[in-house]
Amino acid sequence: MNYIFYFLIVFSIIAGAVNGKLPDVVSAILTGAGLSVKIALSLIGIMAFWLGMMNIAQKSGLIEVIARLIKPVTKRLFNEIPEDSPAIGDIAMSFSANAFGLTNAATPIGIKAMEELQKHNIDKTTASNAMCLFLAMNTAGFQIIPATVIGILVGVGYPNPTQIIAPTLFVTTLAFTFAIIVAKIFQRFWVPQKINESGAE
Amino acid sequence: MFQQIMDTISLWALPAILVLILTYGLVKKVPLYEVFTEGAKDGFKVAINIIPYLVAIIVGISMLRASGVFEWLGAILEPVLTFFNIPTDIIPIMLTRSLSGSATIGVFSDIAGNPASTFYTTTLAAVMVGSSETTLYVLAVYFGAVGISKIRYALLAGLLADLAGIILAILICRIMFLH
Repeated sequence: MNYIFYFLIVFSIIAGAVNGKLPDVVSAILTGAGLSVKIALSLIGIMAFWLGMMNIAQKSGLIEVIARLIKPVTKRLFNEIPEDSPAIGDIAMSFSANAFGLTNAATPIGIKAMEELQKHNIDKTTASNAMCLFLAMNTAGFQIIPATVIGILVGVGYPNPTQIIAPTLFVTTLAFTFAIIVAKIFQRFWVPQKINESGAE
Repeated sequence: MFQQIMDTISLWALPAILVLILTYGLVKKVPLYEVFTEGAKDGFKVAINIIPYLVAIIVGISMLRASGVFEWLGAILEPVLTFFNIPTDIIPIMLTRSLSGSATIGVFSDIAGNPASTFYTTTLAAVMVGSSETTLYVLAVYFGAVGISKIRYALLAGLLADLAGIILAILICRIMFLH
């Protein structure tokens, strides 16, 4: 992350200077910082709501039930996470929310899943294999109905906007699968995550 | 018919989940209100926790966008896309999709709303936008919330999947919509 951060800022300044856009680059600092806080603050309410709902789902055992349903899949994908961990159920809930296009619910639930994965992580500042995999799967943005895009298409009078559902689903499913494969391949030769010497978590 | 089913699912997915969670909780005799508010307390904490990570990523990307670098990249990509007979109007979407969600929606609205855009261009742009997520934002929010700063291969895997998505979108749209 250090190099990415350095690159983003220093490269932008150099490129901005070359293009004669240095004033724009400098003012982008202010707008970018303001936007970040606005996004975070707008998350507070909906985050509280879904974390509350997820707490009920967890205490009632619903998460466990869902986790058990998708166990055959998650056991292979997240093989480093104990089968009975709440992380598994949270991951399942997070992808269901994503699939149905419930973006507002998906982010808080995804964060909750990440927190559960963090509990199994030994080195708390470095992402574990499971966390990298979960993130890569999320960035593929798997959803059944791309509601935002269809909304815009309807707005501009595009003929029969639902015809983009099938190709979009095809692309997102393959990209999602690809993300899993890539993450699984990288985990083999990347600097390995720290493992607990006693072997227990 | 298909559209009706899809609309119904979109409308009922969220209410159905809420009814399921609450009813199951009630049946299992969970004190709903107390447990809800107890969990909801963390909402504020999580949202505040991600601010530093969001600031780092979003400021960096805002600066990069303002620097004019995307115009360079666009100029490099243009002959390549023309060679493969891909509309060059989608270059801004290819460049911003992984970096900024609001910018992507803005660019997409421009393309869709522009009467000069062909049906094919709009469709391709729609599939590209709909089939992917803003990788950098997801990274900042999810890893930021738990304080991960060493991300290992997570970003690279996400970006490669985005690239695969772009190529697949071009291929499928060519097969389905370009005759």
